Amino acid sequence: MTEPMRAETDILVIGSGAAGMYAAIEAARGGAKVLLADRSLIGRGGATVMAQMTVAVALGSETDDHWTHHYQDTLKAGRGLSNPALAQLLCEDGPDCIRAMDEWGVGWARKDGHITQAMAPGHDRPRCVYVDFLNTGPAVSKTLRTVVNKTAGITKAGDLCIVDLLHHDGAVVGAAALHLGSGAPVIISAKATILATGGLTRLYRRNSASSNMGGDGYALALRAGARLVDMEFVQFFPIGHLAPRLIGMDPIMWDPFRYKLGGRLLNNRMEEFTQNYGAVENGKYVITRDAGSYAIVKEVEAGRGSPHGGAFLSFQHVPEAKLREAFGPVIDKLAENGIDLTKMPVEVAPIAHYHMGGIAADTQMQTGVPGLFAAGEAVGGANGANRLSGNAITEAFVFGRRAGRAAADYAGKAARGPDRAGNAQAAIDLISAGAPDREINTAEMVQALQATMQDDVGALRNETGLRRALAEITAMKQELGEQPQGDGQRFDMRRVDWLDLRNMIQVARVVTEAALARTETRGAQHREDYPDTSPDWAVNQFVTLRDGRIALSPEKTATAA
Amino acid sequence: MTEQATLKIWRGTDAAAGHFDTHQVPFEPGQSVLDGLRWIRVHRDPSLAIRFSCINANACKECMIELDGKTVYACTARLTPQVMTLTPLSNKKLVRDLVTEIAPPAERFA
Ligand SMILES: Cc1cc2nc3c(=O)[nH]c(=O)nc-3n(C[C@H](O)[C@H](O)[C@H](O)COP(=O)(O)OP(=O)(O)OC[C@H]3O[C@@H](n4cnc5c(N)ncnc54)[C@H](O)[C@@H]3O)c2cc1C
Ligand code: FES
Repeated sequence: MTEPMRAETDILVIGSGAAGMYAAIEAARGGAKVLLADRSLIGRGGATVMAQMTVAVALGSETDDHWTHHYQDTLKAGRGLSNPALAQLLCEDGPDCIRAMDEWGVGWARKDGHITQAMAPGHDRPRCVYVDFLNTGPAVSKTLRTVVNKTAGITKAGDLCIVDLLHHDGAVVGAAALHLGSGAPVIISAKATILATGGLTRLYRRNSASSNMGGDGYALALRAGARLVDMEFVQFFPIGHLAPRLIGMDPIMWDPFRYKLGGRLLNNRMEEFTQNYGAVENGKYVITRDAGSYAIVKEVEAGRGSPHGGAFLSFQHVPEAKLREAFGPVIDKLAENGIDLTKMPVEVAPIAHYHMGGIAADTQMQTGVPGLFAAGEAVGGANGANRLSGNAITEAFVFGRRAGRAAADYAGKAARGPDRAGNAQAAIDLISAGAPDREINTAEMVQALQATMQDDVGALRNETGLRRALAEITAMKQELGEQPQGDGQRFDMRRVDWLDLRNMIQVARVVTEAALARTETRGAQHREDYPDTSPDWAVNQFVTLRDGRIALSPEKTATAA
Repeated sequence: MTEQATLKIWRGTDAAAGHFDTHQVPFEPGQSVLDGLRWIRVHRDPSLAIRFSCINANACKECMIELDGKTVYACTARLTPQVMTLTPLSNKKLVRDLVTEIAPPAERFA
């Protein structure tokens, strides 16, 4: 029997992206002792460090702006399903966080002394700040890491994969983790816990995800008794890089190219096609993400796709000098990959990029389960059925800050849970189990699940496909079994895969069931069998786990105050 | 066009007592060494340990290994149709296979 290692803290922050780091800073400033844990290295493992583009915020430094305009655009993009209170929080507190980041030295791009704000689809005016060149995410991550390092009261722990939340008397009192470096189980006792685990796009074959984005936080929350919301709304980014193989760059990097230079989206006849789907572009970038993904998938279906099954994106009409001026060193990186934009188009296709759905939380980031808070992309609701570009990093800052404060307040009043929470032993047993009697190929299973989700629960959905996916998911759960794979020694990838699959399969089922129940098309959910948006479906679907089964309950979307 | 690379990979948990596993990996020009390692995990041996997060963006900086004795990022080094010898970083403490302890001491749990 492996004896677990132990740790004690006021606040456990799970995940060290922008949301988790901001939360940790704010909680520590509030006087709490914080443990900032990540399954990867600190500030490296999630979406934040990969983001290359922009952050939307009504700063008013480029043109006159006010958070209410940003708010209106956010609600409009959300197709009637945004949680107005969360959307308001995002838009209203955004400028403050952006200024704080500026003071911390993130280096937002400036022109003539003011912070530059770029135009992006769905925004009514230039609103998006960024760090040149395509360096927003790394700069944000580095800045927050520096502040975390300077803030007293934060202990950092990388290579610590949280496997289950611990509960006692209906409250979350910490977590059980696998320490990757040693293979040992760790029991963390915390007065408050913040889930800042990011999104779930690793569930899909074509994604912009890191290997840590399998939706752990959603599964952890669900098993701890929290509610999830809007889980059917996975955002597909329409113009993810498809071919030729491009390495060393984030696959959604064509977005900033389109912001700055327009570009032309073409089918295999080298004709523009977005106008046939309601978006006249004329070399500009106006099509929203949901419409763009739909248009490309439909062109491919009609036999007009590019060789690898997407569309062409061309900047051949843009002079080289202009390309260089806009993207400097990036042009050289493309050349290393054999891509010369003046001579050739690239191929792009929709890829899973962001999750609108997530853990249901109020404006204090409380989940409804005492002691459990959420922040960042892990939270559902603010962006409704479709997210505006640039809103995700703002959301990570704002929700992280709010969660850190609220959790510090809560921890100040809460008593510590018992030494041995009810479900601790079960988690320890999973983490430290010996080798199983039956071996399965866990890496292959991850790939199979991704294929199922891509093909049947992707950018275009119908009942037949969704039911097929549910059957596959059920079979995979069987195949996975109850006994963890691997030897449980240090850095055991089979053990990690198995624990990941345990979460991924559960979350995949939630997404699929929610998509099946919603018999309409809205935002990121395109049902071929229900092509219209129905006023009856102006509801959010909440998800709970009851006796091991997923239960969906629709509730009418709150109206703006 | 699919070519083959031969990846000779150091395996083990004890720096003094490891061995090499050799795998043929099909690839298309432009693919990375990490693409090859991920292919091996899916098609040959899921127990192979390699540290990585971002796969494409070269942002996480976690995938450092030695390729023919030189330190590289597995996700930006390209596969070539020849024998490529992959070993863990020799100046870091070994964890397992190609994984070493690269986190700064203040960011480790234990
Ligand atoms: C390639 C890419 C580009 C993007 N570009 C933009 C952009 O330009 N503008 C914009 O607004 N948004 C962008 N987004 C979206 C945005 O980056 C994310 O929504 C945002 O960064 C999420 O921040 P977060 O802190 O909530 O989560 P993340 O930054 O994803 O961090 C989550 C962390 O949790 C950790 N974790 C997960 N599970 C566990 C576990 N079980 N135990 C311990 N740790 C765990 C992960 O390792 C990770 O470090 C982009 C996303 C991607 C993928
Ligand atoms: S996998 Fe992230 S830098 Fe190589």
